[in-house]
Amino acid sequence: MDALDLARWQFGITTVYHFIFVPLTIGLSPLVAIMQTIWVRTGDERWLRLTKFFGKLLLINFAIGVATGIVQEFQFGMNWSEYSRFVGDVFGAPLAMEALAAFFIESTFLGLWIFGWDRLPKRIHLACIWLVAIATNLSAYFILAANSWMQHPVGTVFNEETGRAEMVDIGAVLTNVTLLAAFPHTIAAAFLTAGTFVAGIAAWWMVRSLRRGDETTARDVYRPAVVLGTVVMLVSGVGVALSGDWQAKLMYDQQPMKMSSAEALCVGENGASFSVLTIGDLSSNECGDTSTIIAIPGLTSFLAKGDFDAYVPGVNELQERAEELYGEGVDYRPDLFVTYWSFRLMIGLGLGSAALAAAALWYLRRGRVTDKGWFARLGVLAIPTPFLAASFGWIFTEMGRQPWVVAPNPNPTGVDGVWMRTARGVSTSVSGGTVLTSLVAFTLLYGVLAVVWFRLMKRYAAAGVADSEIDPSPEARAAAPSEGDGPLSFAY
Amino acid sequence: MELSDVWFVLIAVLWTGYLVLEGFDFGVGMLVPVLGRDETDRRVMINTIGPVWDGNEVWLLTAGGATFAAFPEWYASMFSGFYLALLLILLALIVRIVAFEWRGKIDDAAWRRRFDVALIVGSWVPAVLWGVAFGNLVRGVALDADHQYVGSFGDLLNPFALLGGATTALIFLTHGAVFLALKTDGDIRHRAARLAERGAVATLVVAGAFAVWTQVAYSVTWTWAATTLAAAALVGLVVATRLRREGWAFIASAVAIVGAVVLIFGSLYPDVMPALDPANSLTVDNASSTDYTLTIMTWVAAILTPFVLAYQGWTYWVFRKRLTAEHIPPHAGLTFSGSVS
Repeated sequence: MDALDLARWQFGITTVYHFIFVPLTIGLSPLVAIMQTIWVRTGDERWLRLTKFFGKLLLINFAIGVATGIVQEFQFGMNWSEYSRFVGDVFGAPLAMEALAAFFIESTFLGLWIFGWDRLPKRIHLACIWLVAIATNLSAYFILAANSWMQHPVGTVFNEETGRAEMVDIGAVLTNVTLLAAFPHTIAAAFLTAGTFVAGIAAWWMVRSLRRGDETTARDVYRPAVVLGTVVMLVSGVGVALSGDWQAKLMYDQQPMKMSSAEALCVGENGASFSVLTIGDLSSNECGDTSTIIAIPGLTSFLAKGDFDAYVPGVNELQERAEELYGEGVDYRPDLFVTYWSFRLMIGLGLGSAALAAAALWYLRRGRVTDKGWFARLGVLAIPTPFLAASFGWIFTEMGRQPWVVAPNPNPTGVDGVWMRTARGVSTSVSGGTVLTSLVAFTLLYGVLAVVWFRLMKRYAAAGVADSEIDPSPEARAAAPSEGDGPLSFAY
Repeated sequence: MELSDVWFVLIAVLWTGYLVLEGFDFGVGMLVPVLGRDETDRRVMINTIGPVWDGNEVWLLTAGGATFAAFPEWYASMFSGFYLALLLILLALIVRIVAFEWRGKIDDAAWRRRFDVALIVGSWVPAVLWGVAFGNLVRGVALDADHQYVGSFGDLLNPFALLGGATTALIFLTHGAVFLALKTDGDIRHRAARLAERGAVATLVVAGAFAVWTQVAYSVTWTWAATTLAAAALVGLVVATRLRREGWAFIASAVAIVGAVVLIFGSLYPDVMPALDPANSLTVDNASSTDYTLTIMTWVAAILTPFVLAYQGWTYWVFRKRLTAEHIPPHAGLTFSGSVS
């Protein structure tokens, strides 16, 4: 492997890893804020317990998301310096805005929330977690603005003299239609992730509490949390599907190669079907060696154009078109094995968890609780599903863009000359050995951290709300000389 | 003044914010094994920076993002050129961040020991390496005509840059000790103050030598003002720590860091990344973004920065009280063995 392949592996590993933790943070911080709001408004201590219980899980997760996020901002310069030189004028702006507008709020008010228990007035303390929740979602907007520009460059011209992409319209970059579809899709996926997380853990605890004979806790604490989580899952599941459908239609116009690769469609056809299962060698990119077992007629056409009979071009045809436009001697087709399966896994796992939510809500209808072991196990097993769906979604959209790092905008009045192949973006002054060193270092460290993160999350989830003490040392607090000077309840 | 000059100054401001604020965070982490004699001491120390370390670190992310947006060529050449140094800094920052949040989550001595190591190493490594990086930036590095770094990692470990590393390590250590003396009470406050007193003298000697070397070998006349300011602040730091004037001592160490950043950026200008062969240097002009991008970013910075300063300032006001052992609950976190049933 050369420096290019290693740099790509490093970007893939560090980014997919980072995005294990990020959707949970994005979705769970508003859910914790909602729980705390219910407590502040009703004074109902059950919701305080739930706030602290899920709040601690949020903090364990937040830390690793922040830590792995720093790498993301630095590695563009380290591994992709030629890319950075080419796009910095337009790509750097949303990154800087993300830090200024979102990261500062997120980090500062999270600190205030952790250390502000018993020190800040209740409503101000509640405002802190809401600001964290808003800022995490805002940061997603800016980073998706940067990514959407790579999928569909707008607001930019190519300067022949400097050989750089130069921004001419920040408004166009921040209202890129690709971004307007990607943002709700990503946010809905994050809420699906967090909803499943809350519902899964609470379902497990509801069953457990009932079996211990503690029906009050099962009914009054965990059941409401299961309902909150599953309702969030259902609503966000619909949101993911609708925004994803919009994205597919945009993709058909903007990145037709990616759309056709999602189906591994070699030869164009009217009324292209959506195959659920295909066997054979997709990875050969040669198209002849596969046979489809199950297919839904016309569905790919419908996804792409909203019409079951529409024409969807094949990758071979698109390859020829790309050669005419961008030069011969380059394989413009992404890895079809990866795009085909990641697309299916994304959809299947995403819709699957939303369907589970519907079933669970029905099962718990009209105030029912359950002590069935399978319900608890299913809840826990559901938790990783949306994480995986999100990972496959990113793998699809990033691998499907290959061989481009900045995909060409196909609109003839669009952005001429603003495109870059991934192979051209890699740092030329960094050796393969150096990239290998950092790839190994990050992978090992990330592996260790994943184990610790998992143990901590599991341990805190298994503690339940009972151990989320309302007040760890009431005597000391009562003896404190002044208001808000007692022991720190949520401290390090 | 061109917009690219404005952004050169703004990036210096962001680095100033980062080094002044994260400087004492690093110092506190570096001092954990020295001043934290028992678990309560250590938790008092870590909790003094608990509410603020994350917000302080965002100054680095903003400096990085702003460099990318305003000077893409600088961002690309510096980050790919200082690759291994940055890798070490990143690894250190990662383990340090999770140590803050995870250390107290399990009530177990071995668990805490591991995260203490992460916190200590995660604080020392960047404290030294930021100085090495800035030393090399001032000294100039091997860039070719395409502004690509053509030196090796070993080239970065020259005496001048290593003195820079010693300077930042000492100044952050002292800054952290002064901060602890200001934010704690009782025994640990006195030990921190004593250590700050000695640290101040050592910093005066080492940082003074680095500043004079920078000034004489690499700088221009007007930065004597910054050098003098930094030197005066360091003398003030020695006096204030001796007199146990903790507030003044903190101001002095902060001003010394401001002076050092002004000196460094002043000696760079009009280069952003001087090359050993001056013809290949990256300058404020040839490394910058277009005026359009710089104008947008100027508006964004002008609107948002006052808010950032206001709410970060408010955080320090909310947590203005000194921490003592009485604020630390007897146990933090769950035990691994604690059964669920």
